[in-house]
Amino acid sequence: MGETDITQLWVYLSTKPLTGLTITLVAYSIGFWLYQKTDRNPVCNPVVIAIALIAMLLKITGTPYATYFEGAQFVHFLLGPATVALAVPLFRQLETLKRALPIIIFGVLFGSLVASASTVALAWLLGASPETLASLAPKSVTTPVAMGIAEEIGGVPALTAVCVIATGIVGATLGPMVMNLAGLKDWRARGFAMGVAAHGIGTARAFQVNETAGAFSGLAMGLNTIATALTIPFLWHWFFG
Amino acid sequence: MIAAFALILVCQLLGEVMSELFDLPVPGPVIGLGLMFVGLIIKRRPPKVLTDAADNLLIHFSLLFVPAGVGVVTQLDRLRGDWLPITAALIVSTLLAIVSTAFLMSKLLPKPKSSDETIPKAEAN
Repeated sequence: MGETDITQLWVYLSTKPLTGLTITLVAYSIGFWLYQKTDRNPVCNPVVIAIALIAMLLKITGTPYATYFEGAQFVHFLLGPATVALAVPLFRQLETLKRALPIIIFGVLFGSLVASASTVALAWLLGASPETLASLAPKSVTTPVAMGIAEEIGGVPALTAVCVIATGIVGATLGPMVMNLAGLKDWRARGFAMGVAAHGIGTARAFQVNETAGAFSGLAMGLNTIATALTIPFLWHWFFG
Repeated sequence: MIAAFALILVCQLLGEVMSELFDLPVPGPVIGLGLMFVGLIIKRRPPKVLTDAADNLLIHFSLLFVPAGVGVVTQLDRLRGDWLPITAALIVSTLLAIVSTAFLMSKLLPKPKSSDETIPKAEAN
């Protein structure tokens, strides 16, 4: 098969949604395989590996993102139902919730405010554009919600998605190290902090380290989703509106 | 399994409708999460098919972030222009939020009953 044949075949295949969907699952499987091969080293994050592989493939073949997304949207769509499904792990923490409800709500509001206020303040000091600021503000909540919030306050949802994922990876890789340095040893507090600041990616990491940390992380992530969705649009319009 | 997935979608759909209808700043799936949570509290014992469906959706939660993450290819110009504030904000503020929240919660949460909730001294470093 000559080069033009391959090019033509790719042009044909790239218009099929099946291709984008298949590439997504294959790239993630490669990422997950590497992650397990390296004894679950957080640096080998399957999401990062998958994104890098697909981005390179799109670049090499000159395929526009929109064409890729026609297939990938079937995976992307599941973010909505998965967000609803977070109610189940949250419900499993109902007893903990009831026992320490005021403290937990206070902790979630505190973490949510520190995460978004310090992000916006620091990026503003370093000269970020207003769209970048609005895209960064909800970076500590899970992607679908963060994208919705960013859209609401005038950010760029695609940039938000990138920042949210990068936040999760920073939290999952460096978070435990920094907490060790600070001498923080309570698994519940450590998991809680990971969930508030680094959403699903932080929670996945917390579950791998310790069951209690994972449960508290899931609880904090779920409540933070609600807290941030309620506070950021309100505060944003109040400060900048 | 189908019924459980349908129930999850119904919660999301109701959430989207409420978000749109009342012009709420909260995204539809979050309202759906709230509706499902309230439903679980009322029902008390969630059916196993529902918890299985939810767990299956969440096992590979991180896979679902890949398509949006590949969107980085459309943002390269903006990332080039604002790379310093973005990188600094991502690293500094994420770690600040983690350490300050962990510190606050370790002070506020009632003392753990069992020792498995804290790290034994030998593992802590």
